[in-house]
Amino acid sequence: MTALPTHTEKKLGLVIDLDTCVGCQACVTACKGWNDQGQGLSDQNPYGADPSGAFLNRVHTYQVQPEEGSAQIIAFPRSCLHCEDAPCVPVCPTGASYKRVEDGIVLVNEDACIGCGLCAWACPYGAREMDQAAGVMKKCTLCVDRIYNENLPEEDREPACVRTCPTSARHFGDFADPDSKVSKLVAERGGYDLMPDLKTKPTNKYLPPRKKDRPQEASLLAPLLDIKATGFAGWLDKVLGKI
Amino acid sequence: MHPAASVIAFTVLSGMGFGLLAFLGLGLPAPEGWMAFFHWGLGYALAVGGLSASTLHLGNPQRALKAFSQWQTSWLSREAWAAVATLLVFAPMALSDIFGLGLPRLIGQLGAVLAVLTVFTTSMIYAQLKTVPRWNTPITQGLFFSFMLAGGSILSGNGKIALIGCALTAAALLAAFAIGDKAFGKAAQTIGTATGLNRIGAVKVFEQPHTSPNYLMREMIHIVARKHADKLRLIALGFSCVLPFLLLLLPASPALYAVTATIHVIGALTARWLFFAEAEHVVGLYYGQR
Ligand code: SF4
Ligand code: SF4
Ligand code: SF4
Repeated sequence: MTALPTHTEKKLGLVIDLDTCVGCQACVTACKGWNDQGQGLSDQNPYGADPSGAFLNRVHTYQVQPEEGSAQIIAFPRSCLHCEDAPCVPVCPTGASYKRVEDGIVLVNEDACIGCGLCAWACPYGAREMDQAAGVMKKCTLCVDRIYNENLPEEDREPACVRTCPTSARHFGDFADPDSKVSKLVAERGGYDLMPDLKTKPTNKYLPPRKKDRPQEASLLAPLLDIKATGFAGWLDKVLGKI
Repeated sequence: MHPAASVIAFTVLSGMGFGLLAFLGLGLPAPEGWMAFFHWGLGYALAVGGLSASTLHLGNPQRALKAFSQWQTSWLSREAWAAVATLLVFAPMALSDIFGLGLPRLIGQLGAVLAVLTVFTTSMIYAQLKTVPRWNTPITQGLFFSFMLAGGSILSGNGKIALIGCALTAAALLAAFAIGDKAFGKAAQTIGTATGLNRIGAVKVFEQPHTSPNYLMREMIHIVARKHADKLRLIALGFSCVLPFLLLLLPASPALYAVTATIHVIGALTARWLFFAEAEHVVGLYYGQR
């Protein structure tokens, strides 16, 4: 049913830490790998001149120029935010798109999807991509086939992207529980919503990069470059400096 | 947004078709025999042809029947219901006109109301999208309705109403251009709010997340042909409204209506192409493109 539930028991989602993310793209690969063997995520012409394919997670890189000081490079992972008021769900004509009452995960039932693409139009965050081979819509499942999967060792029962991240920039948990790790992270670090004015109420939150503890005026290599000359070279340096 | 030929053809042809059917339903005109067959046939052909063109862009058209299930929430599902209901309700009226059965006009009037509803549901599919600010205004409904009125009245030979229809369409197009050009700015979403990094400073793309375009970029970002937008706006306005308006002032004849209808369709297709090509989706912000 494409009516949104008024309340979900849990609010499962991700916290993405823009402070620690180094943009290594490991989550992109892990997500693609896991979901390709699970639900299938086709590529078109993967080794050709114009490769293309469906991915459920993409990592952008932005340059941000603060009012003062030098610019910062920020890697920015983007996947479905499992919005509470998900605009992608009610537009679906077939009932293929739905939000689960038990945990708030937004899913697509591929057997019912006609591939009209309207849900991708309705999502502000570009979280849905059409599988060109299957003709159905794909999106992040929050790795629903891992997090409840008793065939996996306990430490693997979390999303593939979270499990693989080498800097632990992605955290998985229940936002409905104020004592969960993700809720605490959001409270401590000022986790925020993307495009909050669109009133989608995203479940996933982003942690802003921490403030630099010192101004970054010169190159980080500067101390190494400032080599004090000694001996004859030092004497020459002093003499030449005085002329 | 990517201007898909199938969707442009569908919305223009079915809009005109439902317009023509509405006028026939109202008995304006009320032809008999073969003339009735020809008129109703044209209306059905356009409406049904348009609807089937729309299934061309589906990934799995064989499941299209499932699209009837979510009428409570989805405008696309409501459109499917409204279209089928309209075509069914008109059927006895069409047969009555063709074979002179003398069924009450009320059936046709009910069908006309449903036809307007159908075009309204089509327009809502676009107008509901907050992600595409240019569409997210009541002008969108106005555009679809005025094109239905102009196209339907020209095809049914209602000269006076067609003059009004052309004038209304011109007004709607001009309003859509003027309001639409400001819509994205008014929605106030930027690369800064999309990433939330506006809390640090001015954001720009440093590197794209992938090397060649993906589904999102192909579907939602359409920059290529916008550079001719001004010329195309003039063509849309001239062919869909101004020229038909002038032609309709000449002494009426079937040939004149045929020419007028052809010119109007060219203008309407151009206008609908622009409707898509000029519409910018907020997801483009993540790519620094619109
Ligand atoms: S991020 Fe997009 S696809 Fe995911 S729930 Fe929100 S609107 Fe839907
Ligand atoms: S593409 Fe599939 S899931 Fe999306 S709106 Fe259409 S039918 Fe629903
Ligand atoms: S939760 Fe799973 S499906 Fe979603 S982005 Fe991470 S790896 Fe991909």
